[in-house]
Amino acid sequence: MAEKVEKRAIIGWRNLALGCAILEPGSSMHLLTGTWRLQRPVVDPEKCNQCGLCHIYCPDLAMTKTAAGTYEPDLNYCKGCGICAEECPKDAITLVEEKE
Amino acid sequence: MPTRTPMEVSIAVAKAVQQADVDVIAAYPITPQTHIVEHLSELVANGELQAHFMNVESEHSAISAMVGAAAAGASTFTATSSQGLALMHEILFIAASLRLPIVMVVANRALSGPISIWNDHSDIMAERDIGWIQVFCETGQEAYDAILHAFRVVRDPNVVLPMVVNIDGFNLTHVIEPIYLFEQEELGDYLPEHRQSLKLDIDHPITMGPVGIPEVYTEAKKQVEDALINSKQVILAAWQEFGRRFGRAYAPIETYRVEDAQILLMTMGVISRTAMGAVDRLRDAGKPVGLIRCRLWRPFPLPEFREAVRQASIIAVIDRHISLGAHSGPVGQEVRSALYTLPNRPQVFDFVLGLGGRDVTVHDFLEIVELAEQYATQGPPESEYTLIGLREV
Repeated sequence: MAEKVEKRAIIGWRNLALGCAILEPGSSMHLLTGTWRLQRPVVDPEKCNQCGLCHIYCPDLAMTKTAAGTYEPDLNYCKGCGICAEECPKDAITLVEEKE
Repeated sequence: MPTRTPMEVSIAVAKAVQQADVDVIAAYPITPQTHIVEHLSELVANGELQAHFMNVESEHSAISAMVGAAAAGASTFTATSSQGLALMHEILFIAASLRLPIVMVVANRALSGPISIWNDHSDIMAERDIGWIQVFCETGQEAYDAILHAFRVVRDPNVVLPMVVNIDGFNLTHVIEPIYLFEQEELGDYLPEHRQSLKLDIDHPITMGPVGIPEVYTEAKKQVEDALINSKQVILAAWQEFGRRFGRAYAPIETYRVEDAQILLMTMGVISRTAMGAVDRLRDAGKPVGLIRCRLWRPFPLPEFREAVRQASIIAVIDRHISLGAHSGPVGQEVRSALYTLPNRPQVFDFVLGLGGRDVTVHDFLEIVELAEQYATQGPPESEYTLIGLREV
């Protein structure tokens, strides 16, 4: 999924719209901005009380609700800023180093 | 048979804009461009031109209004000079990168300081890389025709770029000259209707001017560069068609008495007339001197230029701008780099003259030819360019 999305956002000059215009709404979705993250948030679903503060505070709306009602980061867009971990009232989120 | 009407060149330019049936004109007064938009404001006020005339608070606003109007699909025109053009600077690049077909006259005037309202090319030479098509005019007739060419070219779906028509301030804008003006029906379909494929439209929303992230900025620039380079074919076709229909032919590099010329003067704009006078005198005296005049400055017509100078041994380039801290003027730099990769190339000497409205005379060109010959035989001057008419003490 990630690879397919990337290809739509990064295109050659011959395929750019006139004047680099954007012709469809929501195109930033196709641009994966989570590629340079150094740390990744890991949620402990046992501690999570499903308050949703991480989702509200996330500058990229990358914390998304799972079917179980807890939250997980969408790593296509999470930049690892750590705001979610800082704000979580239950200390349910920890930052883990991204390695390889 | 059409007749020539004596009129101020600025008025003829305004009439051409009227005939191009523009939708929006934004204007801020600055000498020596003022008469052009002043006359357009009269035409609009009198109901002779159905256009929206915007009195804006600065040139930055004038060009910004043009960008907005053009983005919404309007045919647009503005004119400026000197400090006004400099104030537009940042928006000029945006107009090109958004691919907006704006037409602008620059009534060339020196940049401050010291404050000068008079003619040279320093205003436009500071804007060489803006991505606009740029032409220079020699006569009032050419200025009038060039406006018509400009609207045809920018409206071409293969171009869709803004265009500057350079008209020397005072020495051309304020000159009264007999000019052939078209009746609207004579023009026929030479000027296509203004139709933009991409514009701001609430029924079909798009985003214009988004951030160009590092992954796309290079490609965005390449698109503009490609359009600008390819615009030459459309420009040449517009000139050929104009010649075919109306009998006045235009070329990117004009030549005058270049047959077997060993020495070529190279000029841009209105001083070319004066240079022709010098060429006549030198030819009468048996000297193989000719003149080439660069009409199309951006995109630079490289093959046409190389062809025009192929047989010359000396080119004396005239710059009307002093490029402070560089080794020569902008036209001199352009010419030298255009020839550098050729195995056999003429010697190029650069001369800067006519700054800030200093009169340019036939005598100046005679002196330039003499100096160029001297440099060619006795070695080049210490400086890579020569400032003509400079008083030392």
